[in-house]
Amino acid sequence: MTDHLLEVRNLSVRFHTAAGIVDAVRNVSWHLDRGETLAILGESGSGKSVSASAIMNLIDIPPGEITSGEILFDGNDLLQQTAEERRQVNGKRIAMIFQDPLSHLNPVYPVGWQIAETMRVHGKDPAEANARALDLVRRVGLPNPQQALEKYPHQFSGGQRQRIMIAMALALKPDILIADEPTTALDVTVQAEVLALLEELQAETGMGLLLITHDLGVVAETADRVVVMNRGEIVETGPASEVYHNPRDPYTRRLIAAAPGKGEMRDGNSQGKPLLEMKGVEKAFGSFQALKGVDLTVFPGETVAIVGESGSGKSTLVKTLVRLIEPTAGQATWNGRDLFAMSLKEMRPVRRDIQMVFQDPTQSLNPRMTIFEVISEAWRIHKDVVPRAQWRTRVAELLTQVGLLPDHARRYPHQFSGGQRQRIAIARALALEPKLIVCDEAVSALDVSIQAQVIALLDRLRRDLGIAFIFIAHDLPVVRDFADHVLVMQSGAVVEKGTTREIFENPKSLYTKTLLASGLDPDPEVQAKRRAERKELVDA
Amino acid sequence: MTETVESSQTPVLAEDEKNPVARLLGMLWRDKFALCAALFILLMVLCAVFGPLLLGDAASHQNLRGRNAPPFSWSNGWLFILGADALGRPLLARIVVAAQNTMMVASGAVACSMIIGTALGMIAGYASRRVGEAIMRLADVIMSFPSLLLAVIVLYVFAPSVGNLIVVLAITRIPVYLRTSRAEVLEVRERMFVQAAQVMGASTGRIVFCHILPVIMPTIVTIATLDFAFVMLAESSLSFLGIGIQSPEITWGLMVSQGRSYLVHAWWLSFWPGLAIILTTLSLNLLSNWLRIALDPVQRWRLEIGGKSND
Repeated sequence: MTDHLLEVRNLSVRFHTAAGIVDAVRNVSWHLDRGETLAILGESGSGKSVSASAIMNLIDIPPGEITSGEILFDGNDLLQQTAEERRQVNGKRIAMIFQDPLSHLNPVYPVGWQIAETMRVHGKDPAEANARALDLVRRVGLPNPQQALEKYPHQFSGGQRQRIMIAMALALKPDILIADEPTTALDVTVQAEVLALLEELQAETGMGLLLITHDLGVVAETADRVVVMNRGEIVETGPASEVYHNPRDPYTRRLIAAAPGKGEMRDGNSQGKPLLEMKGVEKAFGSFQALKGVDLTVFPGETVAIVGESGSGKSTLVKTLVRLIEPTAGQATWNGRDLFAMSLKEMRPVRRDIQMVFQDPTQSLNPRMTIFEVISEAWRIHKDVVPRAQWRTRVAELLTQVGLLPDHARRYPHQFSGGQRQRIAIARALALEPKLIVCDEAVSALDVSIQAQVIALLDRLRRDLGIAFIFIAHDLPVVRDFADHVLVMQSGAVVEKGTTREIFENPKSLYTKTLLASGLDPDPEVQAKRRAERKELVDA
Repeated sequence: MTETVESSQTPVLAEDEKNPVARLLGMLWRDKFALCAALFILLMVLCAVFGPLLLGDAASHQNLRGRNAPPFSWSNGWLFILGADALGRPLLARIVVAAQNTMMVASGAVACSMIIGTALGMIAGYASRRVGEAIMRLADVIMSFPSLLLAVIVLYVFAPSVGNLIVVLAITRIPVYLRTSRAEVLEVRERMFVQAAQVMGASTGRIVFCHILPVIMPTIVTIATLDFAFVMLAESSLSFLGIGIQSPEITWGLMVSQGRSYLVHAWWLSFWPGLAIILTTLSLNLLSNWLRIALDPVQRWRLEIGGKSND
């Protein structure tokens, strides 16, 4: 018998899908002790969430099937217990929080009611439950706890909602908290706060924390031990810093190498006439000022990164540039003409030179078109770019250029992985031989290793074809190796701009400093230093 | 950097090469329900086209000795296998002949209302707010006006004919398509691939016809097949009121309502034409369901791998 709090032994789960049998995890074993943080690290499709789902009895059977293994909690095998016995464990002894708190909170009940519900379900007196809910809301640091209980989920920000989820999870003082990508949907500064809260609460209650994440930085920040998963198997396990510094498995090594922010920074040497000059761009939605006079200059063949958290107006800015949103004031000079002054009809020929790659390639490719149709559509619209007879060869060329096969032209978007779809979107943007490509969070939805590949691809295109890029990101490290200039935005205004080196080595504004300090470094030791810096900033 | 690592993971479909028609027929073959439905619809279309030519005389020939002859008796010949009506006319022949009028009215009305309603709905969804509002209020007016009353007035003023019947029924069904397509357009136009097309410089027409229409079409077609039955029945109630199709012209709906008074002792008068209506609607439904899957590249594999994976 073991003395671990929770132990998973030789767990194998398979799913019977229409495309055949998929082994989600194979022979996975790990354990979690009291007061310990274990991180399960893996990219999408690695099966990192499956074992947690098995613990919480969240696997749908069928199509799922647990083919082997046991999950020992308190010496009992959870897999042998009845549904009723497991309900007693779920929520009470083992609690879970999820990536997207909005979809896990019921929109029609106030949050106080929902927090208290967990306790009522497990037989607590309503008055007592309400009192405890207030305590919890105070503890997770929501402003005005008393009023907060009466509010509805949509009235909170993403970070606050995650705090509410944490409060709900902690309501019954569980022994184990499972956090499935708890901060992936949050801004970096908020992410740092939520992770800090989790750590504090763990220290207070001594619970075991199981953290499922794709982010090496999160591992470095919080985990004691880490389990690295790839394609349903554990490839490596050990203390976090040891795994980072001495990775034994080739996959782990690749994953660590792919983490951004290690290459040479660029100083930015802008030459010649600016390609694009945006001046004093303003946009108001009703009385809300989304953009407060933003200036942006892009020179040919350079990459300008716009970094900011959600709501900073960075996407709004580029959407005004391509006229998806009409600006309230300002001008954008392109080839001596003001883009904002053009009618949408006059704008059409100019669009050829300014292309865009969107955040989510799943949504930005029409699901009913083949890849050939997707890419060649550009030439249907702008008839003088490529003569019809050469469409096939040109599509094949473009696909090769972005690292896909010419054969792929016949397929549909859903037959590709996320990274491949983003390559297709890039090929579509390249089809018109533009001078400027706007990437709106183009790599944010991708796994780290794929992210690195896509960025390498974009950088190669910049060098080979001399295309300028406007690259939007919410995360500073991503742009470090790639951008010439960086623009930091906060609530509709530019708080700092400069060359990449200036921003990273000598940030001037407090916000940029906070942003830099909140970014999570994959190296646990660097991360420990950074945490100290952040504390200073917060105290200051 | 290893840039092509992920290429190997793409699922490959073997059916890439075949020509589209053969592929479509293959998918139809694998879905047996849809296949039966398609065959039935084909049969009905053949009846509608050739029925009046072949059986026109038999269907209108009265035989008072054979009034309300019961079905399943061979004594009067194969035409009377489904029985005879109140004037001794063979039901089988009448159903076959009536298929023409019924199909013409129903498909005409459904097609007109679908095309006009969808077009207006897309304009309402994609054009400026003011135009959209105006169109929506128009739909409200049509919806709030009792459709039967409208039909009565129109058909009272104009002569009741197949053409006018189609117009009246089409007008009353327009709001259904209008509202659905507008709602769908409002959703689809916000999707990223529509924005991507805008950025590429696509014209409004291109966005509407190449990006929005194919996405909303399955919903519209599904509604249209359901509406088919509704229109058939609406037509029969108009005929019943004497302002629809007039005797000696026949439709299934008219046959159902004519048989109503004999329902107690000669159920077959209403039953067989009613069954024809039900089977036609059911077949259209099955077929539209199959079509929806067959035309959707994301769902298509369900039909291509065949077997029982239709759920």
